[in-house]
Amino acid sequence: MMKNSLVVAPSPHIHDAASVPHLMRDVVIALMPAFAVSVYRFGWGALYVAAVSVASCMLFEYLIQRFLLHRPSSLNDWSAVVTGLLLAFNVPSNLPPAILVFGALTAIGVGKMTFGGLGNNPFNPALVGRVVLLISFPVQMTTWPVPQGFSTGIFDATTGATALGILKESTGTVQEAMAQMPSYLDMLTGRMGGSMGETAAAALLLGFVYLLVRRVITWHIPVTIMATVAVFTGIFWMADSTQYASPLFHLLSGGLILGAVFMATDYVTSPMTHAGMVVYGIGIGLITVLIRMYGSYPEGMSFAILIMNAMVPLINLYIRPRRFGEEVKRG
Amino acid sequence: MTMVKTFPRGGVHPPACKITAESPIRTAPLPPEVIIPLSQHIGAPATPIVKAGDKVLAGQCIAEAGGFVSAPVHSSVSGTVVKVDTFPDVSGYRRPAVQIKVEDDVWVDTVDRTPDLVCASDLTPEEIIASVRSAGVVGMGGATFPLHVKLAVPPGKKAELLLVNAAECEPYLTCDHRVMLEHAAEVAAGVALLVRALQVERAVIGIESNKPDAIAAMSAAVAGRPGISVEPLRVKYPQGGEKQLIKAITGREVPPGGLPVDVGVVPCNVGTALAVYEAVLKHKPLVERIVTVTGPALAEPANWKVRIGTPFSWLVNLSGGMPEDTGKIISGGPMMGKAAPSLEVPVTKGTSGILLLPASQSLRRPASPCIRCGRCVTVCPMGLEPYLLSKLSALSRLDEAEQHHIADCIECGSCSYTCPSARPLLDYIRLGKAVVMKKLRLQGRK
Repeated sequence: MMKNSLVVAPSPHIHDAASVPHLMRDVVIALMPAFAVSVYRFGWGALYVAAVSVASCMLFEYLIQRFLLHRPSSLNDWSAVVTGLLLAFNVPSNLPPAILVFGALTAIGVGKMTFGGLGNNPFNPALVGRVVLLISFPVQMTTWPVPQGFSTGIFDATTGATALGILKESTGTVQEAMAQMPSYLDMLTGRMGGSMGETAAAALLLGFVYLLVRRVITWHIPVTIMATVAVFTGIFWMADSTQYASPLFHLLSGGLILGAVFMATDYVTSPMTHAGMVVYGIGIGLITVLIRMYGSYPEGMSFAILIMNAMVPLINLYIRPRRFGEEVKRG
Repeated sequence: MTMVKTFPRGGVHPPACKITAESPIRTAPLPPEVIIPLSQHIGAPATPIVKAGDKVLAGQCIAEAGGFVSAPVHSSVSGTVVKVDTFPDVSGYRRPAVQIKVEDDVWVDTVDRTPDLVCASDLTPEEIIASVRSAGVVGMGGATFPLHVKLAVPPGKKAELLLVNAAECEPYLTCDHRVMLEHAAEVAAGVALLVRALQVERAVIGIESNKPDAIAAMSAAVAGRPGISVEPLRVKYPQGGEKQLIKAITGREVPPGGLPVDVGVVPCNVGTALAVYEAVLKHKPLVERIVTVTGPALAEPANWKVRIGTPFSWLVNLSGGMPEDTGKIISGGPMMGKAAPSLEVPVTKGTSGILLLPASQSLRRPASPCIRCGRCVTVCPMGLEPYLLSKLSALSRLDEAEQHHIADCIECGSCSYTCPSARPLLDYIRLGKAVVMKKLRLQGRK
């Protein structure tokens, strides 16, 4: 800049400190408690899926931008790291590397870059990757290692069913199924089978509190999803507690908290207004419970979020902020 | 603690940076020359009645109002008119102005310059409004709307409440704060005059709660005046936005395209109240104002009592000189102020502050794609969708922008301030709004 040259620009002349990389880094930080618990529970497997997923998401983003789109790289916005971590959180920790890399390519390539990159994708990229893997490799994607810490290798870990899987397969009453289930304490602390990052409810909730305190997200989406699931499953449970699992079980099992806090709140694919977020959250909660109770899959969180992602443009069209002065109030 | 009032929707919390809050008002020495613009208000420019070579006194009228929505302009100094010409204003455009060489400091003899407090006599509303008009008093919060027009409530509307805006929610600015601390009695007298001119029962002075000393001073000053009260407000930008302030204090919302008087409120700035007192009871036209000269790197930031027409450079030199690394000169505050192309522009009736930002704070961050986080929607105090409006403006889809109420935008800058992608939201909205407003005005004329 020339000496004594002055900048003449329209107001405002100051800017809030928060930027996209800051927000994305905060999401990564918020995922760390749950990741730490997963590493403790699943050992090498957790480290392996996280490393492979993050590295391949970043690599694919770089390659696509460099060689296909001929655009400056946006790796420094940290969004590929978030997508990579979330994809890793959503797969079993013994997933074969080729499948995982294919998932990363789908997430970044199909989920994000085909639409023009960050900000333009209608669907959550990590979930696009996860659902494509779930449909393409149903066996590998639902072979859940049992938490054994670092005592076994990555691919020779013993496997077992998830809590929701036990519930879905069970032919007897819910009490019989519950006998094979992890306790609520196990569910809070991640001592159960499941995708790498979804099992430790308490650690995920700690991340939620961090995101709220840092004002990265608002309460609207996570709380409405959890409340909807609790109310909806609560009605069934109170009607017949021998056939239906309790609301607490539904809240702590599967990918509900991971999805509600970290996946459904993705800025790009969620509504713009708080009222819209509430509608979106209720939709996700209802669809999740419907799939869990009546669908052929034990878990419905990913599908529910993707379906509601598709509704977001419609929500934004119909649920708008109230215009100041629209109805004159006389105080 | 009692509940502190605020506007419910939107708003942001920029750092206050009120570094001159503790600095008492200092009277600036006279500059060698002043340039007094003829258009310091919204409306028609004033018509000059002096020519080169004329001798003028401080307080003497040098230009008459150019219409009903206009205000006369007075000389702020005594001396000789150098020329009546065009001079660059804060936007860089050349505008008609009177250049006066300062000689001594002789005032028109009707002006009472003693600090003695004059008590309100039994003036009629018409007399008060006539004094305000002939003294050239305009809104001093920045909008510079001629005050006598505001005081003439249109037929069919009824004013119930005078709302004195002392929120001073812009970061850095402290001129209103200091006025309330040092001239509380005069402000209270000015408010009482306005109450009488408007024939209203009630006046409320709204002050952000980060100025407890000002709240205490004003509360004490209005103690003996029935109907006038002080209301602490929550610290939130834009608390001092006219519509937000009315909402915070009365709960009423000015309808889109409407005026405050539509909900029975006449708002005015606290500095304006002081000017009204001086105009009506001290017979002093509006030729001086308080200007906060400030900035993170400025050696001696201060609140100056300044003659209108004083060059910015004179004040900056009094405050320690322009810092080496200055990258931006702002007339007003950092949220809504205007960046000036140089320091060779004059202080006008609407200049609340001069802010010098270092080069490191002068450039915007590069914009990145919108991540649709919705923060601009959350912070918009008018219930608009800035991301959408800026996109529609950028694409010149202005009919749609109009349907989405682009004309309601108050240009507070909360959206651009908060955007994590640093997108120039308000820049585009301003472009679109200007076109839509022009179209609406043309339609209104038909």
